[in-house]
Amino acid sequence: MSFLQEMEKYKDLDLPEFFSKIKDQDVLSVLRKEKLNRCDYLTLLSPRAEHHLEAMAQRARKLTIQNFGNVMQLFTPMYIANYCDNLCVYCGFNHDNVLERKQLTMAEIEAEAQKISETGLKHILILTGESQKYSSVDYILSAVQVLKKFFTSISVEIYSLTEAEYVQAVQSGVDGMTMFQEVYDSSIYKELHLAGPKSIYEFRLDAPERACRAGMRNVNIGALLGLNDWRKEAFFTGVHADYLQHAYKDVEVAVSTPRMRPCAAGFPPRVIVNDVNLVQYITAYRIFMPRSGITLSSRESRMMRDHLVRLGVTKISGGVTTAVGGHTKGEDSSQFDISDTRSIAEMAQMLYSEGYQPVYKDWQGLY
Amino acid sequence: MEDLFTIGNKQLQSRLLMGTGKFSCNKDMPKAIEAAAAQIVTVALRRADCAYEAENILNYIPKNCILMPNTSGARTAEEAVRIAHMARAMGCGDWIKIEVISDNRYLLPDNQETIKATEILAKEGFIVLPYMSPDLMSAKRLVDAGAAAVMPLGSPIGSNRGLQTVELLRILIDEIDLPIIVDAGIGRPSEAAAAMEMGAAGVLVNTAIAIATEPAAMAHAFKLAVQAGRSAYLAGLGRVMPNGAAASSPLTGFLRDGEVL
Repeated sequence: MSFLQEMEKYKDLDLPEFFSKIKDQDVLSVLRKEKLNRCDYLTLLSPRAEHHLEAMAQRARKLTIQNFGNVMQLFTPMYIANYCDNLCVYCGFNHDNVLERKQLTMAEIEAEAQKISETGLKHILILTGESQKYSSVDYILSAVQVLKKFFTSISVEIYSLTEAEYVQAVQSGVDGMTMFQEVYDSSIYKELHLAGPKSIYEFRLDAPERACRAGMRNVNIGALLGLNDWRKEAFFTGVHADYLQHAYKDVEVAVSTPRMRPCAAGFPPRVIVNDVNLVQYITAYRIFMPRSGITLSSRESRMMRDHLVRLGVTKISGGVTTAVGGHTKGEDSSQFDISDTRSIAEMAQMLYSEGYQPVYKDWQGLY
Repeated sequence: MEDLFTIGNKQLQSRLLMGTGKFSCNKDMPKAIEAAAAQIVTVALRRADCAYEAENILNYIPKNCILMPNTSGARTAEEAVRIAHMARAMGCGDWIKIEVISDNRYLLPDNQETIKATEILAKEGFIVLPYMSPDLMSAKRLVDAGAAAVMPLGSPIGSNRGLQTVELLRILIDEIDLPIIVDAGIGRPSEAAAAMEMGAAGVLVNTAIAIATEPAAMAHAFKLAVQAGRSAYLAGLGRVMPNGAAASSPLTGFLRDGEVL
């Protein structure tokens, strides 16, 4: 059984037809239920449910505080290489884009780690493009050994690995992985991922599950919003999270809800996902999966992030740069433009003023 | 006579134990702990950070409390043991609350792994308080493994759903010769009182206090409820009439009517 087979169950799902039948009463019934099924989740993603956003937000907030408390975990990404063999039409690191390519040395990684650790953060997310030459598994895991001196929790947002490679990563001290499917619709996926290893839809789709099997503690998935009908993508992201959480009970499954941002690729979003849509997605997911983490990146504006922390988010970035070596060398050749440029200290200040305790450390690496 | 109870080699007055997760600000914690008059306070070691003094949760635990690190995040006995060792190395003492959870949807404890971890750590001299699903045989094994108390759940962690496992808790209270501390699920002071009325030795409360609008005021309410429940238990509760009031002895009254020899 893999998630591809799980998705097959929905191959005849006619979303417009389903949504056309949803009435206010259906949305209200779902909101009265204690535990939601996947059909209920889809009901909350319907255009009709937009009329009930305040009620959804209230419930999402209550569930988040009950399950996670008045706390918010902080993290920051560190880009260590941007060489990439893939041709993803929407991505700044696309192989054919002209930008300065870099691969940090271990000394440079240590300098970045030192700088970031001065903020008090104990969680780091490392990112690379996909290049066997410039960001091999060995290179990434060597970086992990350097980072372990500074951080107690290390996550990777890199290309899809084999199960054996994920095992190797876990044994090296990696405890989290982020893997965005980008788009769950396989035909759109093929249109947008023209070449390179990432163009194989199934291998990417199964990567989170391989990581679960390998013993990864935290698995964070997501669709890149703007590539397809967001309601469909939000639904399949939720189903994917539910599927993984059911099958791998010891894994903390979380989702991200990234919206497309301008980047060197200059690719405009195929679909506009507006602020109302994003709030609907986040609150619907929270009600469907009350104990699952929701990660919010600095792609969103300061205004949106200040509001979204109250609606279901559990983990938020600060002090972000999407450039290789950006923490020590400044911003150029970035993957995409960020919107909220606040530092970790500024994020902590905002969280305190909203009644949330910023959490700098929420795991102690055991190996 | 003072109503003390003993865990490990420590005599305790307060039967309200407190957790430290979910507070909106570390500074709220000492006030709540003080209002609860809690003597044992549990802290997730995963959150402790001695390298960042201003945000280190350990700095907010009143010095007169017994610090009981917990193994939150452990998925196996081995991980729980590692976390306990780290806690000891960080100078957190010998008390440890074992949490082994490999179910992230409901956060239910894994009794088998909990028993294994308890056995290892008790042999190493830790004072072990294991969090568990209320099951009599598992509780007996925890006793054999060297636990200092047994901490069954009232309902899933953070659910605030109260004593959903009441029948099983009652059996543990009757059959286990160690203090039974109801841990997890207690959402309101009346539920803490109910657990104490049943004969629980104590309760551990976190979410209900931490996410209250006024944590310190709620902590105080829990203190009073625990005391009330304990007093009621000691006073001896009257029997419960399942079907309303009844004549005092309708079936055997004839024995006192003078007709029998």
